[in-house]
Amino acid sequence: MTAMTILGLTITLLALQSSAVHAQATAAAALKKGFLQCGVNTGLAGFSQPDSQGEWRGLDVDFCRAIAAALFGDARKVRYTPLTAQQRFTALQSGEIDILSRNTTWTLARDTSLGLNFVGVNYYDGQGFMVAKKRKIKNATQLNGAAVCVQPGTTTELNLADYFRAKNMRFKPVVIEKMEEVLNAYFAGRCDVYSTDVSGLLAARASRAAAPEDHVILPEVISKEPLGPAVRHGDDQWFDIAKWSLFAMIDAEELGLTSRNIDQQAKSANPVIRRFVGATGDFGKMLGLEARWAHNIIKQVGNYGESFERHLTPLGVDRGINRLWNQGGIMYAPPLR
Amino acid sequence: MRPRRGSTILGAGQIGFAGRFRAPRLRPLVYQFVLAAALGVVAWYLVSTAAQNLLDLGVAAGFGFLSREAGFAIGETTLLSYSAADTYLRAIAVGFLNTLRVATLAILFATLLGVAIGLARLSANWLLAKGAAGYVELLRNVPLVVQLFFWYSVITEILPAPADAMRPVPGVFLSNRGVVFPMLELTAPDRWLFALAAGVVVLAVLWIGRSLRLPEIARRQSLAGAATLATAAGGALLLLLATRKSIKLDYPVFGGFDFAGGGSLSPEFTALFLGLTLYTAAFIAEIVRAGILSVDRGQFEAGYSLGLTERQVMRFIVLPQALRLIVPPVTSQYLNCTKNSSLAVAIGYPDLVSVANTTINQTGQAIEGLAIIMIVYLSISLAISAAMNAYNRRVVLRGNSR
Repeated sequence: MTAMTILGLTITLLALQSSAVHAQATAAAALKKGFLQCGVNTGLAGFSQPDSQGEWRGLDVDFCRAIAAALFGDARKVRYTPLTAQQRFTALQSGEIDILSRNTTWTLARDTSLGLNFVGVNYYDGQGFMVAKKRKIKNATQLNGAAVCVQPGTTTELNLADYFRAKNMRFKPVVIEKMEEVLNAYFAGRCDVYSTDVSGLLAARASRAAAPEDHVILPEVISKEPLGPAVRHGDDQWFDIAKWSLFAMIDAEELGLTSRNIDQQAKSANPVIRRFVGATGDFGKMLGLEARWAHNIIKQVGNYGESFERHLTPLGVDRGINRLWNQGGIMYAPPLR
Repeated sequence: MRPRRGSTILGAGQIGFAGRFRAPRLRPLVYQFVLAAALGVVAWYLVSTAAQNLLDLGVAAGFGFLSREAGFAIGETTLLSYSAADTYLRAIAVGFLNTLRVATLAILFATLLGVAIGLARLSANWLLAKGAAGYVELLRNVPLVVQLFFWYSVITEILPAPADAMRPVPGVFLSNRGVVFPMLELTAPDRWLFALAAGVVVLAVLWIGRSLRLPEIARRQSLAGAATLATAAGGALLLLLATRKSIKLDYPVFGGFDFAGGGSLSPEFTALFLGLTLYTAAFIAEIVRAGILSVDRGQFEAGYSLGLTERQVMRFIVLPQALRLIVPPVTSQYLNCTKNSSLAVAIGYPDLVSVANTTINQTGQAIEGLAIIMIVYLSISLAISAAMNAYNRRVVLRGNSR
């Protein structure tokens, strides 16, 4: 083969590639694939963790199942990609996953310079500290000079630095990438304090501590951490589908629709419920989904409250501000109309 | 019909213009040019597609992020000081210096240990030889990251908490936060004087070493020069100690959570250093052994028959020949050691890759961050290779002396 032939072949091959790597229609691509590729945590109890049979379970997992139920009518058509805090954004940016549902804090930098759109908030959280009870520490102002275990690439790392700077205290960060190794280091005593979102502290204490009562979570919550799923910039239809799947779960709890009574309620004469289940209106068509999209979500996954109670309540997590807006919390979704 | 000069036998219609391109001296040039052009087209395509995709996604691009505030803290620093208010550039510089620190120390000690083990494996003592063989086989076959986790667990789980730290020597404390020891506390101007004096002493010692190999008269003059230098250095040190009352030993004191004051070696650094040193030493040991075994047995015997001792035979006859075989693979091992230090991210040592990864994650600029990592490692590797090649040229026996 002459060099001219090689050159010619190269140019032809390159020309055949499409120049836009990211097709705007993630929904169409997912439908063609036949499943949703969902980015989750490597193992955070309550949010996304494989159980003893290898099935993924958690609040974030339920959200991906909800989208699959809306898109395919079958909540099982999801494949999960476990991602560390450092890998999660490049996986979404590069197209490796369709959606990132990995207890990710919504910040301005992530919303803009990382090219992501946050779908909403599925858990309002804050950052806290966990120390061993035997140290007799009552509040975070006594932590001057402590060694703090933290994962890299998180808002936790940044908030820690800000907090200790503001309070004019010093600390020694022990920065380890993998969740399991960070927890090992904390429980082995390598660091005095473990810092992450309070939900993560509760999950770690419940699932990993040899004696959970030996560890105390300090009362200070030093930041706002609105956790929510994210999609890429540039795909408005997919963004709408993801947003309204989350809102449907929250609206369903407000309307009193659960996975057990939704089939019964679907026959109701209440116009709000009729709109929700798709008996009237073309809301499914507006999103590019079938009319029963919200009905499928609630039937197969449940509403927001059910999802929370299934995964987070057993860990001792109180609903707190994650209650509905009309029950003392701040979970509020726009109306489905 | 004979073919014309500069062309080959071709079918009709292919001679002439095309025939000129088939001239033997022009052909390889043309092919190389075409290949280079093809590679250039591929590279341009990749870069422009990436840039276009990033633009479409709305992801930021460019190196402007280096001057932004970093916002995260780094556990330990080398030479430079760093706080969360400093820029990303300074953070990456700190990571780079941390990498250099662990890589340099690991390379140094791995070489010493590797040569010792390589020689031990060749010794006549059965226990020594088998022990060295066992060491090599064990450490070469376990993956490095597993060894790092092992050392890290040993340090953090077996050593006691700082409140019950071990005290092997007064002033030195061993705990799962690392080892702390008293350190000379020198403020800025003294530090430079001290470093200068230390440098001069080292140079004086090297000078004496060199001058001992010179013939008589020149040696005497050299020694005189060296002696003067050494005296000057000593004098400077004494001046330092006498006039500055601020020089004292900073003893570590336990308070609150951990020891304050003194110098310390963190568990992360220690685990990484141990893992890298022991692992690389096993490979260097085998290379040294191969190099020495490659020298003909006759060379040893010739040396002994000349009345040289075993050490003189090693030093003047065997090692120069063996080094020819040893230095290039050992250079590779040094480069491997440097790159393996990037496994630090698994155990929490803030090296270049760890800091750059955090930067990539916080800014979203993966391509620029990875480019920085690659360029830095390439520079370090090229520097090591250049230094080793220069050393190679100096010590290795030229020509075919076998």
